[in-house]
Amino acid sequence: MKSDKLKFLAFCLVVLLAPLPLAGGYLTNVLIFVGINGVLALGLNLLLGYAGQISLGQAAFFGLGAYGSGVLTTTYAMNPWLAMAVVAVCVAAFAFALGFPVLRLKGHYLAMATLGVGVIANIAFNETVDLTGGPSGLSGIPNLSIGGLIFDTDLKNYYLVWSFALVMIFLSLNLVNSRFGRGLRAIHDSEVAARVMGVNARLMKVQVFTLSAFISAIAGSLYCHVMTFISPTSFSFHVSVELLTMIVIGGLGSVYGSILGALLLTLLPEMLRTFHDYDIVVYGMLLISMTIYMPGGLVAGIPALFRRLLPARGSNA
Amino acid sequence: MELFQQITQFVISGLATGAIYALIGLSFAIIFNSTGIINFAQGEFVMLGGVMTIFSLNVLHLPLIAAIAVAVAATTVVGVVFERLAIRPLKNATPLALIIITIGASILIRGVVMLVWGKDTQALPAFSGNDPISVVGATLLPQHLWIFGVTVLVIVGCRLFFHHTISGKAMRACSFNRRAANLVGISVGRMVLFSFVISAAVGSLAGVIIAPLTMTAYDVGVMLGLKGFCAAIMGGMGSGLGTVLGGLILGTLESLGAGLISSGYKDAIAFFILLLILFIRPQGLFKKGETERV
Repeated sequence: MKSDKLKFLAFCLVVLLAPLPLAGGYLTNVLIFVGINGVLALGLNLLLGYAGQISLGQAAFFGLGAYGSGVLTTTYAMNPWLAMAVVAVCVAAFAFALGFPVLRLKGHYLAMATLGVGVIANIAFNETVDLTGGPSGLSGIPNLSIGGLIFDTDLKNYYLVWSFALVMIFLSLNLVNSRFGRGLRAIHDSEVAARVMGVNARLMKVQVFTLSAFISAIAGSLYCHVMTFISPTSFSFHVSVELLTMIVIGGLGSVYGSILGALLLTLLPEMLRTFHDYDIVVYGMLLISMTIYMPGGLVAGIPALFRRLLPARGSNA
Repeated sequence: MELFQQITQFVISGLATGAIYALIGLSFAIIFNSTGIINFAQGEFVMLGGVMTIFSLNVLHLPLIAAIAVAVAATTVVGVVFERLAIRPLKNATPLALIIITIGASILIRGVVMLVWGKDTQALPAFSGNDPISVVGATLLPQHLWIFGVTVLVIVGCRLFFHHTISGKAMRACSFNRRAANLVGISVGRMVLFSFVISAAVGSLAGVIIAPLTMTAYDVGVMLGLKGFCAAIMGGMGSGLGTVLGGLILGTLESLGAGLISSGYKDAIAFFILLLILFIRPQGLFKKGETERV
């Protein structure tokens, strides 16, 4: 328990110091998106990695958060913080209502249903031109601010986004080690067995689905205020698949794995910029090979690899 | 009278796309019945059919029939490779792992096609001209007739194969109970491979016959695949008439909705129906409920 706290503090320190050598350069900007993607991946990982319920529609909640905040703060000139809270609660309520019929489905059917939700939301973003600006997007979204401090530079936004990320990581770490978290893992292993043991599986699945939608909506609000411009392509099916790839690579059922996956998959396209179109091929191969050869993701796979490469040391000690 | 003509027109084009959905739905059901897998790369087989026919026609300068044969054969090879490399190594995989793998395969295939043939939308010439045929005030394209004809042929072919050949019966046995099938001497592994072969062939054929109507590109597979899945769900994941009816109903509703309500929401209609069916009648429109075994 103590080492868990130390680990988290060390992680906080890394996050705090990471932008210093970058001096507000381009990479700081990339790290902001690592933070946003990390939050999204974390939301999906709670649902998929812990409770074992797949969602291919995370982009819908991300998009609803972004468009909700975007529209409320531009068209209706609402306070951005108030808008963020209102939108997150509304999206969570929507997910709660949606969760009951959707999470009755299992496996492939669940995947298809959530995918359907994602596609419908994306079509809605494109077609409700009066509200969202349609395919050409919504611009002029204000930056967030506290008192006189306006989050208008990359460095300020970095600390803004990562404070949210750290809070969510902290809460998630607590959650997965609680009674609720153990219940989720029981559902993952066997829903029937979990029920027999007195876990209210149906309700808990809906609750974790709601939580992941809530987290995604907050990420969406942050995204729209950081970018000040949003368009439907940022919330397409492709984004849902990217998130899935992140947690499969980082580690299903690992809080830090979500962040590691987000880091790798956000940096990767930046590094592969010259081979821009290859990223989709790389994603595909990563998804297949990781699932076959390293089903626990890098978080579990790298230590295992070390143990295998250094068997002599293990047996001598 | 004007409205009546319009509706007839929508129904005709809806039935044609519906026939395509039915074929794709069938190809979903064939793999599902032998393996229990919903293959998320199914739409990619459809896309490969169209794209490879255009490639064989324009670059290899093959005659149309040969081009189609090459495309279907090539897609089938992709299906076999996919089964061998990605599905077979995972003997006791969870549904979750299989979903992720087939999604991986689908974006991999899509990415490779994009890199090799580019992002442009291409059209396949209609098989026998574009002179419209007038039917009760609405127009029917020769390509529509091709679609109906090929669909009927494939469905009859599947029916004969699954009910009147040894291999077909063996595959059905696998779908009822894999272990029992294995015990009576059926090679389940080979039947799974067969199902990928047939499914890839049927899917790619669907992609070929619709390409002249809707154009094709590296990314058409996603939507077509999902709608085919919707048809299969409506039919209760069987490989019979239910899926065909599901496809036709879906195509017609979609076409009517797009024509009479709003074309922007055309794709949303299909997904809305998909969600409704999954919520209300996950066992399909025409099947009695089954209890799930743990």
